[in-house]
Amino acid sequence: MDQSDPSHTDALLAVRGLTKIFGSLKACDNVDLTIGRGEIHALLGENGAGKSTLVKMLFGSLEPASGTIFWKGEPVRIASPAQARALGIGMVFQHFSLFEALTAAENIALSIDDDTPIMKIAERARNLSKAYGLPLDPFSHVGDLSVGERQRIEIIRCLLQEPELIILDEPTSVLTPQEADKLFETLERLKGEGKSILYISHRLEEVKRICDRATVLRHGKVVGHCDPKQETAASLARMMVGLEVQNVTRDVPAISTDRKPLLEIEMLSRKPATPFSVALRDISVTVHAGEVLGIAGVAGNGQGEFFEAVSGEALQDRADTVRVAGHTVGRLGISQRRLKGAAFVPEERLGHGAAPAMRLSENLFLSRYRTDARDYIGAAGTIRTSRIAAAARRIVEAMDVRKSAEDPEASALSGGNLQKFIIGRELDRDPKVMVVNQPTWGVDAGAAARIRQALIDLARSGSAVLVISQDLDELFEMSDAIAVMHDGQLSAPIPIGEATYEKVGLLMGGADAAHPPRPFEEEAV
Amino acid sequence: MRLELVKRPQQSTLFSALSPFIAFGLTIVAGAILFAALGKDPIETLYYYFIDPLTETWSLHELAIKAAPLILIAVGLSVCFLSSNWNIGAEGQFIMGAIAGSILPVLFPDFQFWFVLPLMLIMGMAGGAAYAFIPAILKVRFNTNEILSSLMLVYVAQLFLDWLVRGPWRNPQGFNFPETRNFHEYAILPEIWSASGRAHWGFVFALVAAFVLWFMLSKTLKGFEVKVIGQSPRAGRFAGFSAGRMVVFAFLVSGAMAGLAGISEVAGAIGQLRPTISPGYGFTAIIVAFLGRLNPLGIVAAGLILALTYLGGEAAQISVGLSDKVVRAFQGSILFFVLACDTLIHYRVRLVRPAQKAEAAHA
Repeated sequence: MDQSDPSHTDALLAVRGLTKIFGSLKACDNVDLTIGRGEIHALLGENGAGKSTLVKMLFGSLEPASGTIFWKGEPVRIASPAQARALGIGMVFQHFSLFEALTAAENIALSIDDDTPIMKIAERARNLSKAYGLPLDPFSHVGDLSVGERQRIEIIRCLLQEPELIILDEPTSVLTPQEADKLFETLERLKGEGKSILYISHRLEEVKRICDRATVLRHGKVVGHCDPKQETAASLARMMVGLEVQNVTRDVPAISTDRKPLLEIEMLSRKPATPFSVALRDISVTVHAGEVLGIAGVAGNGQGEFFEAVSGEALQDRADTVRVAGHTVGRLGISQRRLKGAAFVPEERLGHGAAPAMRLSENLFLSRYRTDARDYIGAAGTIRTSRIAAAARRIVEAMDVRKSAEDPEASALSGGNLQKFIIGRELDRDPKVMVVNQPTWGVDAGAAARIRQALIDLARSGSAVLVISQDLDELFEMSDAIAVMHDGQLSAPIPIGEATYEKVGLLMGGADAAHPPRPFEEEAV
Repeated sequence: MRLELVKRPQQSTLFSALSPFIAFGLTIVAGAILFAALGKDPIETLYYYFIDPLTETWSLHELAIKAAPLILIAVGLSVCFLSSNWNIGAEGQFIMGAIAGSILPVLFPDFQFWFVLPLMLIMGMAGGAAYAFIPAILKVRFNTNEILSSLMLVYVAQLFLDWLVRGPWRNPQGFNFPETRNFHEYAILPEIWSASGRAHWGFVFALVAAFVLWFMLSKTLKGFEVKVIGQSPRAGRFAGFSAGRMVVFAFLVSGAMAGLAGISEVAGAIGQLRPTISPGYGFTAIIVAFLGRLNPLGIVAAGLILALTYLGGEAAQISVGLSDKVVRAFQGSILFFVLACDTLIHYRVRLVRPAQKAEAAHA
């Protein structure tokens, strides 16, 4: 079917031989894709497989080097997103482009070219939100909305343009399982109206559940078209990754009563640093030696603020709020906390965990100049570059970091390889406490498995590991217990034996009996 | 139709190295056009600009005199700029350094010992640093934009100096001229090699400062801290470096260097305070810093080139009657071309046609 002449099929969109080259990299290599009317078509692939590049060409934000796009059988050239919208292609991006200080309706108005009055837009948005089961108050301020609600604004904004093809880029990566279910209902309804959906994801279960057909990309090439309902998750993963992904092994820790608490957080509160950051409220949690504790939660519920507080990038009011290996460190900065045996890996690799324009060896020095001062710093504060370079080589070897030069700049590495290096940089110190935020976000499956295994091994060797993640599969794979963060509060940890997706998902949505909502919040609703 | 800058995936190492030279070449071409448009002979003007000052020993000494403050200020500024602190007020710190350093010879003219000069240099550095501390602390405490506050403080310093030399510090034996008394012999920065010209030890200070700061920036933990905070402040915080302390450090270093330049200029080249003691060294040093790619060793070379444009500018004013405004415009065009060349190394220019037109063409 894909080989047939695209100008004679009744397909809504057909792509033939689409190629995009960045420098020496073929981000998309001769890609073919056909999307029929009223179909939910999955675009599967690992990070860096070329999904985003392909979609950007369809949406007019990138220009293909060669190849043709057929829209309703006619060859078209899509030079800009405006043109894509005029044809009837709408897109919901993974990263929202909303102004937090404006209302939902105002945000929608901004994307509409004519000057329709705001009340009319709000009215249409309200109708759409009712029709498609996307509850949304057009006059609420975006800053007050959850991530799921913000996504609804994006979807409604897209639907207002009455598109025939809707492109959704990793829509569930920011949703709770329950919110995702709601989204799937909406997608089914849209499909029922004859609209087509291109659904980009690397979550195999949901693709199997809602998609009619799938196109799998690997290294910029189409490796197969299939019906995901006929495939197993394992066979889809094989197509995506190209080899069997090694499963992470996690033996149940020997439960002993005298496990030492290595990271203790007691009644940690933090006022919001900016108008749009989340306040932390009375967070208490303890991670023991030999334990991996996972913290689940929808993005933007205080995980970043929590990480900063634990790492010491933000100090606490009271010293005994945070204890590392028995030392009170609440008033100490990140270097001092490192000296007490803690190690930290932040969510953002480039610009937070590593300086993009600096070499790997310099980035090694970045987090370890204090803990390894005796080794790395010579007389008069001079940097001993050869010793640092040797340590960098050791880490590259241990974590199998693939790189193009001897000591490349951090930004030259792929996300997965840089993350392996950043994790390896901390593991190399044998930290007693390891705190990791989003260990495998945007990392390919092979590297992710390696990182998870390394963290589990660290815990089994007697350290305490705290993993903050939005990826529930990852947390269930790694953790000995899972706590859930919602609106700046942390639930009690659920031992992994008792944890289910259902239970964790409900907590992620805010249904936490242990912390009833405060009265003033109820008034605000 | 509009122009767009598209980031290049890779930067050419060859052109990165060539860029200052290309920029300099373009400046000369643009200058030639400018001079021709003004009715001057471009070849002759350029000769007076760049060749004539190099032909005699005494003018090489003059070159060192002009280069010394430029290099001193610019190496200090490189610490600021590398750490993303935009100190535009070096001119004011230069003046305040000169004023603070002149306290001893002006107010205590009878206090004449060998250690007066070292004290003056230290007070000059302290004065410049203290003046630079104002925009620094405003930035740390109140998040003030240091570009504006440091720049505005330049005018304050200029007017303060003007008031001093016309008022309280005026030379009692000076026939009411707006200048201080001449410095006594213990307050004069000696000449390096007085037999051949009047270049003073300020040039040596500049070379030493350039070497010390080069060592600090490229070999030590402190230099690493400067670069990390400048490139990626969040990674700097993750490393445990304090951005606020870096602001203060960078401003103090650059203020001290500007202050040292100020007192060296006054104690070396001028010998007294006057209403105007700098032909804009503090601003030209910004060009020098970028022309030297914020590398103290590169700044030494860049400082010599810019000093040449000062000397050449004077020569061209005298020989072909170029106005001093044209001289300044020519100097400024160097920075323009340096920045343009650097930008084109990182980005390429793309012409983008409006979408409608493209569509029409397609149809």
